[in-house]
Amino acid sequence: MAHAYVPEIATDREGNEHEVQGWQDDFYGGKLGFWLFMLTEVMMFGGMFLALAYYNTLHAQDYIEASASLNRLLGGTNTVILLVSALTMGLGLLKMRAGDVKGAKLMIWATIILATAFLVIKGFEWRAEYNHGVFLGLPAMQPGNEGSLPFGKILFFGMYFTMTGLHGLHIIIGIGLMIWLLKRINSEKVTPDHHILYWNIALYWDIVHLIWVFVFPYYYMIGGGDIVGGVAHGH
Amino acid sequence: MSKSYFDETHCAIGHPKSTFMQWMLTVDHKRIGIMYAAVMFTFFFVAVATAVLMRFELFAPGQQFIDGDTFNQAFTLHGVIMIFLFVIPGIPAIFGNIVMPLMIGAKDVSFPRLNWFTFWLYILGAAIAVSSLWVGDGFADTGWTFYAPYSLNTGTNVIQTLVAAFILGMASILTGLNFLVTIHRLRAPGMTFFKMPLFVWGIYATAWIQLLATPVVGITLVLAILEKYFGIGIFDPAKGGDPVLFEHLFWIYSHPAVYLMILPAFGIMSEIIPTFSRKEIFGYRTIALSSASIAGIGYLVWGHHLYTSGMADIAKTVFSFLTFFVAVPTGIKFYDWVATMYQGKIVLSAPMIWALGTMITFAIGGLTGVTITMIGVDIHLQDTYYSVAHFHYAILGGVVFLLFAGMHYWFPLVTGRMYNEKHAKIAFYLNFVGFNLLWFPMFIAGYYGMPRRYFDYLPEFQIYHQLSFYGALIFASGLIMMFWVFYKGWTKGEKATPNPWNATTLEWHLPTSPPPLENHTKVPYVDFNPYEYHHGEPVVKFDYETMRRID
Repeated sequence: MAHAYVPEIATDREGNEHEVQGWQDDFYGGKLGFWLFMLTEVMMFGGMFLALAYYNTLHAQDYIEASASLNRLLGGTNTVILLVSALTMGLGLLKMRAGDVKGAKLMIWATIILATAFLVIKGFEWRAEYNHGVFLGLPAMQPGNEGSLPFGKILFFGMYFTMTGLHGLHIIIGIGLMIWLLKRINSEKVTPDHHILYWNIALYWDIVHLIWVFVFPYYYMIGGGDIVGGVAHGH
Repeated sequence: MSKSYFDETHCAIGHPKSTFMQWMLTVDHKRIGIMYAAVMFTFFFVAVATAVLMRFELFAPGQQFIDGDTFNQAFTLHGVIMIFLFVIPGIPAIFGNIVMPLMIGAKDVSFPRLNWFTFWLYILGAAIAVSSLWVGDGFADTGWTFYAPYSLNTGTNVIQTLVAAFILGMASILTGLNFLVTIHRLRAPGMTFFKMPLFVWGIYATAWIQLLATPVVGITLVLAILEKYFGIGIFDPAKGGDPVLFEHLFWIYSHPAVYLMILPAFGIMSEIIPTFSRKEIFGYRTIALSSASIAGIGYLVWGHHLYTSGMADIAKTVFSFLTFFVAVPTGIKFYDWVATMYQGKIVLSAPMIWALGTMITFAIGGLTGVTITMIGVDIHLQDTYYSVAHFHYAILGGVVFLLFAGMHYWFPLVTGRMYNEKHAKIAFYLNFVGFNLLWFPMFIAGYYGMPRRYFDYLPEFQIYHQLSFYGALIFASGLIMMFWVFYKGWTKGEKATPNPWNATTLEWHLPTSPPPLENHTKVPYVDFNPYEYHHGEPVVKFDYETMRRID
């Protein structure tokens, strides 16, 4: 930093001096801001879970059948991958705080690789579903066509693609953030003494995996079926 | 002559030479607040013009100037601009930015660059909303509530308007987030939460609503897109969905949004009343905590918009009860303000008469709201002019009037000059008379069954519409006069001293007027309550060089 920030001093009537918190260099302020931002993510996904749960009560049978057709093997693998990635992210932050910059970078790379693996597996899942004619915009996913799915299944899969898609977007943004973080570490803008950016990206990654921990059971586990499911086509 | 924030600024990117670019890139909270004000009042007058157009059309039964479809688009445009571009962001973006950091003795908000970004996000959202006027089949014709399934079947640009609402919502969230962190982190040493000025409390409660309620609108947009472009029947009963869910999701945001509008306005009232009564505010803690409890309870009352939409009776009863309940903290505030004035040395300056006028108009707006909280009454009055009159008394006669009061109050602080007091008072009386003549007849028309959003009506309602029309003309001329007074004051007014009102809060303890770029010379130590008066004189005095107390 070119100019180190020197906090101002306020003096009370007895002459005691009190350090003033400026907006510069405010570690806790930065963290508080990001926590609040994460709260908005919770509200947003919370609203979608609300809609999901409500349609579940309207179309219970369709939901169970649609859920049974999802691939629990791939979904479960992805859950494990994401949980491990949260671990690597957290370990990296611990290493950074302990001063081990190289170890921290290694852990960030591990997280990036795990996140990419998640996206690849998710891609295979979506492709299989697309091949079965189940995807946003396909004829079976719109009421009134020949071979349309029942209303409840359309709603289930519509919400499924929206929520997993939105979640996938968060993963992609997370990968971008981690690459940016690596750049900042390399240029020594993020150091063991000044790592608020790292804290907040780790927090972001936690919310991303936390959302998935709720998405996974609600979509994959409410119906009983084969572990590899197969998509809603009735066999 | 020392430099003010008009002469120098910090920028988000680089150090541009040109004054114009310095304004575009500024991160200074005071300049950003002024830019918000400039944009918002431009939109405000567009929306006022649409409203006047509708009043012309309604002067007589039958079609005069515009057809029914255009009328539908006109009231949607009016509502969308007023709600999303003006009233929701209004007071936080303007005075939250300009005054709140000054009141807590901060140099700026916690994230100044984010504040700059937020302003441009707001501009982007506004541009998207306005551009939908000229795209495809034109502006949405659904009303600002976008009720499904009609909103998803009409050919007009509903989705574009919803995208705009989403982006404006993002801007609102980021403003709230910024203010929350600012209030938590940047208060001057010694200033505890219960030593903050009450406007800061209002902004604080508002910021929580902005943060927690706005994301739900984002979700509603995502679901609407699913329905519109992919045919997933989320809100269409013909496709297995439920339109009432849309209403729930919409009002889960939009009802707290009206408290989001009014809380900072109440904050302005709580600043003006003690200052012009020269008396410590009565019941400081009850006002502060009632702001917080309005924000909390306000979250749980949205169902009263759905009495006629199909909801279980028990749910209706609960929502009705909760809605009564939210009126209690509001009543507490009113009694506190009146008790503050009791035996005070009341000075009837322009900000004070705006505040007093608002006590009348908002009392009418608030109490008529309590009447339609009752399920039976509401079923009679739902979607009539009665509810139109109610929310205009509450929002225009409450929020916007207090915004105007705040503009008169902080005008010398922001501009360093004083407007013509006599002209400002004339403008107030024009506004006040025009406002009441415009809206009060609507209570009666609504009670007799005049439905809202119709561009035609039975001849028996003509008298009310014509009274409203004349009221609208008086009101519009009052508004024009008020802004003319401000313009004259800013360009030719007398130079103002840093504390022209003998006020006590920190924003009046600046070394110069208008304030310098980084606010107070030094950050003061706050060991006093915000409104300490003794025999009508402020107790706390500062040496403005050292910012140490000299009383």
